[in-house]
Amino acid sequence: MKQLPIIFKREFTSFFATPLAYVFLLIFLVLSSVFTFYLSGFYESGQANLNPFFNFHPWLYLFLVPALAMRMWAEERKSGTIELLMTLPITRFESVVGKFLAAWVFAGIALLLTFPMVLTVNYLGDPDNGAILTGYLGSWLLVGAYLSVGSCMSALAKNQVIAFILTVSLCFLFVVSGFSLVLDVFNGWAPQWLLDVVASFSFLTRFQAISKGVIDVRDLLYFLSFITAWLMATAVVIDLKKAD
Amino acid sequence: MIKVTHLTKRFVQQVAVDDLSFTIEPGEVVGFLGPNGAGKSTTMKMLTGFLQPCEGNVSICGFDIGKQTLQAQRLIGYLPEGAPCYGDMSVGDFLSFIGQVRGYRGKELKQRVARAIALVELERVVEQNIDTLSKGFKRRVGLAQAVMHDPKVLILDEPTDGLDPNQKHQVRKLIKSLAVDRIVIISTHILEEVSALCTRAMVISHGRLLIDETPYALQSRSRYHQAVTILAEQPLDRQLLQALPGVMALEDNPLDGSITLLAKPGEVIFPAVNQLIHAQGWQVRELEVERGRLDEVFRSLTRGDAA
Repeated sequence: MKQLPIIFKREFTSFFATPLAYVFLLIFLVLSSVFTFYLSGFYESGQANLNPFFNFHPWLYLFLVPALAMRMWAEERKSGTIELLMTLPITRFESVVGKFLAAWVFAGIALLLTFPMVLTVNYLGDPDNGAILTGYLGSWLLVGAYLSVGSCMSALAKNQVIAFILTVSLCFLFVVSGFSLVLDVFNGWAPQWLLDVVASFSFLTRFQAISKGVIDVRDLLYFLSFITAWLMATAVVIDLKKAD
Repeated sequence: MIKVTHLTKRFVQQVAVDDLSFTIEPGEVVGFLGPNGAGKSTTMKMLTGFLQPCEGNVSICGFDIGKQTLQAQRLIGYLPEGAPCYGDMSVGDFLSFIGQVRGYRGKELKQRVARAIALVELERVVEQNIDTLSKGFKRRVGLAQAVMHDPKVLILDEPTDGLDPNQKHQVRKLIKSLAVDRIVIISTHILEEVSALCTRAMVISHGRLLIDETPYALQSRSRYHQAVTILAEQPLDRQLLQALPGVMALEDNPLDGSITLLAKPGEVIFPAVNQLIHAQGWQVRELEVERGRLDEVFRSLTRGDAA
């Protein structure tokens, strides 16, 4: 565990070594405002809450977060630095979690920079700030889930573009797995319990519950175990693919 | 001490390393020689714990690289092939990162980084991003990272590849100065490097250890071992030369008109040749005794292996 902060620091500062961090922050802030004010009908709804803001996050993240995650391991493999990293006295756990946390904290900062949204809604009305807080928590957990998938795909594909596309596709499946679009595929032939399992994997239903202010331990556990599972998969994939 | 027993690595299409066993003691500088694709780099990757062997064991100073990976890796300094470094970092930041991973903090970290920078003369580029450096500088950054913690075991995959002659000389000097009481393993295609640096040469081909002996012994396998080359002002009496005891054959070098006398295995012909020259009063411009040509030995050992 001693090396984890060192890996974290290196990864975190490397975001800012390229324009990536600034481009990500800018686009995230602009798009989240555009979605909230123009597409979601923030004013028209006449309600003092941030639901219009949070509702678009699963779709916004679908493209932004994979872009953040795609270089995580693909870059290491492409440039050969993975050989350096894996022969330094660092455990697999430290490198996988360190990289993941760096991206997760960075995305968390992007999320925190949307605070003017909170100020606005407080200025305009009298919102339930507790619900807003859980909304942020849910949104951050959602980013973590996307990032963990992205981490594994980045370890799998040497090519960053392929890692990006794989991550977007997989995350899309997890977002819509509660929708009839997906459930209809199973409907008719699959037993009811399988349908329930597939539906229960949906990011969307769990995220919506949290962002409305309802913190269910099961939802928290879902996101945390989802992240853990994908990070473990990342470690396995790295061991299989590192030498290719 | 490094102890390697029955090390084997199979990839899908081929056997990269085939039942390799050897022991290396502190103070030895071992050169891995072999054609491209012979398994030198794969062996190094297994020694450093990057790849898991299919069979066999590697023990680094008593630590099994498969089971006590971290303890073993703490003792190793490794320069991977091509010297990969994080290109988006500056030289100073990168070496500081490595120093922290190696467990140094505060004042000691600063000292270690400064010393590593001085060792390979990187002072001029400390602030520069690694991406913007020339090949030679990148290689030196890789070396600095490998030697920072005074490792007991130094494993360098083609340390002088892509360097100019001055830099090569400098890197060799550095490796020599580090070699005292340590284990150094280098891989190279440059044969002169082996005789200049190593105390032991291992020729690897098709993943198998063909030869394991001193560079001098390797040189004496050459048909040019103890050969004498004469460049004279006037034509020489070939019959007299041929008749000298120990001379196996004469070879003409059409480039400069010199004659090379090959010695029979185990014979030393130089004194006899020298005497004959004096006795005949020949005007000789150049006289040279050879230890043997490594490239010729290398070719004859690994013939047909070129990958």
